[in-house]
Amino acid sequence: MPFASNGSGPAVPRGGVVQVTAELVATRRAGAYQHVTFAAPGIAELARPGQFVGLAVGGPTSANLLRRCFSIHRVSPSGVQGSTVDIVVAPHGTGTTWIAGLSLHEEVDIVGPLGTPFPLPTEPVSCVLVGGGYGSAPLFWLGEQLAAGGCHVEMVLGAASEDRLFGVVEARRTADGLTVTTDDGSAGTRGWVSDVLAQVIRRSGAGVVYGCGPMGMLRSVTEVASAEGAVAQVAVEESMACGVGVCMTCVLPVTGADGTTRMVRTCVEGPVFRGDRVRWDSFEDARALVPADAVGAPTEAGH
Amino acid sequence: MVDMSVTLGEVELPNPVMTASGCAANGKELHRFFDVSSLGAFVTKSVMAAPRSGRGTPRMAETASGMLNSIGLQGPGIHAFAENDLVWLKSVGARVLVSIAGGSSAEFADVAAVLRQSPALDCVVGVEVNISCPNVANRGLVFAIDPLASAKVVALVREQLPRDVPVFAKLSPDVTDVVAIASACVKAGADGLTMINTLLGMAIDIDRMRPQLGGVTGGLSGPGIRPVAVRAIWQVRSAMAEGRFRTVPILGVGGVRTGRDALELVAAGASAIQVGTATFHDPTAPVRVLRELEDLLAEKGFDAFTQVVGAAHRRQEVYR
Repeated sequence: MPFASNGSGPAVPRGGVVQVTAELVATRRAGAYQHVTFAAPGIAELARPGQFVGLAVGGPTSANLLRRCFSIHRVSPSGVQGSTVDIVVAPHGTGTTWIAGLSLHEEVDIVGPLGTPFPLPTEPVSCVLVGGGYGSAPLFWLGEQLAAGGCHVEMVLGAASEDRLFGVVEARRTADGLTVTTDDGSAGTRGWVSDVLAQVIRRSGAGVVYGCGPMGMLRSVTEVASAEGAVAQVAVEESMACGVGVCMTCVLPVTGADGTTRMVRTCVEGPVFRGDRVRWDSFEDARALVPADAVGAPTEAGH
Repeated sequence: MVDMSVTLGEVELPNPVMTASGCAANGKELHRFFDVSSLGAFVTKSVMAAPRSGRGTPRMAETASGMLNSIGLQGPGIHAFAENDLVWLKSVGARVLVSIAGGSSAEFADVAAVLRQSPALDCVVGVEVNISCPNVANRGLVFAIDPLASAKVVALVREQLPRDVPVFAKLSPDVTDVVAIASACVKAGADGLTMINTLLGMAIDIDRMRPQLGGVTGGLSGPGIRPVAVRAIWQVRSAMAEGRFRTVPILGVGGVRTGRDALELVAAGASAIQVGTATFHDPTAPVRVLRELEDLLAEKGFDAFTQVVGAAHRRQEVYR
C-alpha cells in the first residue's frame, strides 16, 4: 500500500520518536470538540506533557499531504487497549473534520511524540495552568505530574463560550483550584483568562504559569505572569506542514539565552517556550514578522 | 535482486534515491526515522553565504495534492554549514549533495569556495546549484529564467570546485523553453541537471481577503506537479538524444510519492530521484520510495536500475 507507514508495530525509536499505524479505540463529543483515543504502540512510553503528535489525514490516497499536529491530551502506556494516546480535535478544516469523523477501529498514521515538553520545577512550587479553548488539553496530564511532585496546582480555563471550554469537570476534580472565564459569560466569569490570572497568581503565590492556547492569549498570560513575578512556560500554536523539523514553516521569533533573536521551529525547538523569550511584538493579525534584529533578518538591499 | 547502483558523472552511488533540497533540513531530523546514509545521497537545504532568517509567517498553504511554501531560504550560512551540518553528515556516513544559492553569481562562487575548504568535502558527491533564487541584479527575477544568468552562475561554481565534484544545475519549470536553459547550463559546464524546482503559485486567505502566504507568492510542490516534472525531464532528455547538447545525468524531482511515481520520472529520463514534499507526509518516504522502486523493478523483470533510465524514449521510437 503506497502511503502506509514503515510498519504497523512500533518502529525502533531512533531519536525518541516513532511512526505507527494507530487504531482508533474511542471517540466522543466534548462540547464543540471531539476527544479521540488511539492505540498507538510506542508513543505513550516516550511522551511527556507538552509534546504533540502528527497525524496523516484522509487515508492512503489522500490529497491532503500535510500532517495535522495535536498536543497530546494524555497517554496510557498500559491500559485495557494497550498503549494509547488521546488528542482533542476542533473540527473546522478538511483534516480535523476527517479525524473527528473517524469510526472505531479505523487506522491513522501517527508520528510522535514530537517537540519539547513543559519543563517541570525541580522543587515543589505553586503553579497556575491556563488553557484557552481546547488548548487546555495537555494541562491535566501536566497538572497530575506537578501534583505528584508536590506542587499546588490551580487551573484557569477560558473560552469564547461554555461549549468551547474543555475539561472543566476534570479540572474541578483534579486541580487544587479552578477559575473559569467565558467571553460571553455563559460559564464562569465573563471576560478573558488574563482578567482573572493576576488574582489567581497572587492568591496561590504561584511561581510558574503554564499556558496553552491561542497566541494572543499566550501573550497576555506572559505579560500578566511577568508582572506578577512568575515565570511563564507557554506551548505555542503555529501551523506546520511536517511536524518533524524539516519543512521550516512553523517558525516564530524567539530570543535565546544568549540574548539573540532567531526564527526557530515550533516543532523541534518548541512548542514549549519561556513566555518572556517569545517576541510577541512581532505578531500581528495572524502573522509573525521577522524582527529587524533577528539573525539574518532581511536588509534594505532585499533578502 | 535488482542492481540499484547508478553512476552520475564520475560518482557512483549505491542507489538512485535522494532527499530533495529544502524538504529534509540537513539530516539530523530525518535520521531519527531512518539512517540517512542508506540513501543514494542526502540533498541539503540551499545554503547562502551569510545566515538568513527567512521570511515571516504564514510560510505555507496546503493545496490539492501539494503545498505552497515561502520560506525565504532560511539557513545558517555556508561557514556554519561547512563546520557543523556537513561534518555531522559525514560522521554518519552520508553521501551529500550540497545545494547552494546566492543573490548574485559572485555569491554562488563564494559559497562554493568556502565549501571547497570544508574538512568534510570528501563526503560531498556533488553540488546542486539552486538557480531558482532571486537575482538581485535583475529586479529579483530568478536566475533560472535567463540562460545567460544561469550559465554564468554554473560556470563560476564549476571553476571553484574540484573536477571530481560534479555540479548539477536545478532548473525551474516556470520558463517558456526549459530546453534552452538546460542547454545553456550544460554548455557552461554543468555535469548534470536537477529537474524540477517548484512552480510559482499563490493562494488567497478568503476570510481575511489577503494573500495567504507572508511572502505573497510561493513555490508549489507535491504530487500535483508530477506531470510537469515528467514533461520537463522528457523534453530535456529528448533534446540530449537529438544531440542538441551533451548528454548528462538528470536528477528527477517533482511530486514523487511512491516507487511507481519514481519510475515514471526515470522512464522519462531521470538517472536518480529526489523525494521532497512526500517527506512532510511520511518522514520515511525517501527510503520507502527506494524500497518500492526496487520491488517494482524486480516485479517487472529488470536486473538493473540503469536499464529503465529513459526507457520510455526507446519504446516511443517504435511508434514513430
